[in-house]
Amino acid sequence: MRVTLRAFIVAAGGLMVAGSSVRAESPVHRAPARASKITNPLDGNEQAPLAGAKLYARECAACHGAAGAGGGKAPALTQTEVSSAAPGTLFWVLRNGSLYRGMPSFAHLPEPQRWQIVTYLRTLRPNATAAVKPNR
Amino acid sequence: MSPANHLKRRCLLIQKQGIRAGTVRRSAWIIAGAFLLLPGSRAGEGPFFITYTHQMEEPGNLEIATKSLTGKPDGGNRFLGAATEFEYGVKAWWTTELYVDGQATGGESALFTGYRWENRFRVLPREHWINPVLYVEFENINGADKSLLEVVGHDGLDDLTTANSEARREKQREIEAKLILSSYVKGWTIAENFIAEKNIRHEPYEFGYAVGVSRPLALVATPDRCTFCRENFQVGVEVYGGLGTHAGFGLHDTSHYVAPTLGWTLANGAMFGVSPGFGLTGTSARFLLRFGVSYEIAQCGRATRRLFGNSGGSQ
Repeated sequence: MRVTLRAFIVAAGGLMVAGSSVRAESPVHRAPARASKITNPLDGNEQAPLAGAKLYARECAACHGAAGAGGGKAPALTQTEVSSAAPGTLFWVLRNGSLYRGMPSFAHLPEPQRWQIVTYLRTLRPNATAAVKPNR
Repeated sequence: MSPANHLKRRCLLIQKQGIRAGTVRRSAWIIAGAFLLLPGSRAGEGPFFITYTHQMEEPGNLEIATKSLTGKPDGGNRFLGAATEFEYGVKAWWTTELYVDGQATGGESALFTGYRWENRFRVLPREHWINPVLYVEFENINGADKSLLEVVGHDGLDDLTTANSEARREKQREIEAKLILSSYVKGWTIAENFIAEKNIRHEPYEFGYAVGVSRPLALVATPDRCTFCRENFQVGVEVYGGLGTHAGFGLHDTSHYVAPTLGWTLANGAMFGVSPGFGLTGTSARFLLRFGVSYEIAQCGRATRRLFGNSGGSQ
């Protein structure tokens, strides 16, 4: 009986540690390797970052700031971690979100719109305003 | 009472009513102005009125929406049922909502019919081909409620034609659970809801369902901020109805509706929806028209905390 209880405590402790490490890890790092291999179908499309800027202003700016500088618990999207991430990785993060870290899933947006946002995100640079501004 | 006194009292009453109407009008303008000034975000879960998808409210965002329903059931008067919804994203996996319901029936009365408090919990942390969400609701409404936010058990025409004075006496304190399953497939939203409801008094379990499919008219966004572009319109169809009770499960003596839906999102994020519903069985109303508007206030929690002097925000 004691052995069972001890095993249960160890297992529960292990799960809690594993859970906390999952929560602490950045969503970009949690994306599976295969996601990074997916290419952006809108790569090279001149309209994509402009449309992405418009979608970013509507869907993301409230938390991440108008220029992606971050705010509150929402991380800055101008970090090199984001701009250097593979488009497929960013797409994976947008699709799945990071629910336990407060980032919702944006899977309700059609796939092409998520790719447009990804295209825009890759234009964001640290300590600079957005390279692309949404049309008014 | 002398005629002079009567006239004086009448004038005072009219004056009071005038002030009340003025106050209501002023308040409406203030609220409308606040909506325009507060940072907006895209509102709504697609064009559906009845069916839930697995889309959750973003943490810290508050969506305010109205869901109205009008119809003239056979043997009854024309009515307008209205539900005002306050939906808040507590966590990315937990959304809570408060509904305040009321209705007005021609030739009868207008009355507040009660409230509902619902919570939705997303079960799986990642996106899958089908995504389950658990829904739990407590509702404290009376029998005169005509918002018809779900159809369960043997709900039917009788519920819409009973006189308000009689129907309001029936208390409906109910616990409702839903299993929401939904998927996004190539721009299509497909959602299925299975409903179980129980009046906390000694009444049977009632069951119902809602199924919805929708799609935006364009999947690619245009670079320009626009009002009438195709990406801002979503069309779909909902089918919903009752499935009897645990004592008599099935389609016998139940109501069912099919309802095409249209959602239109404005550039500032406000969304308008309209959905004509057609009854499919003898116990259903022949025609119901739903319409609503929703507006989402982005990061309402952070703004509120700032208002109370705490500059720290959270997502």
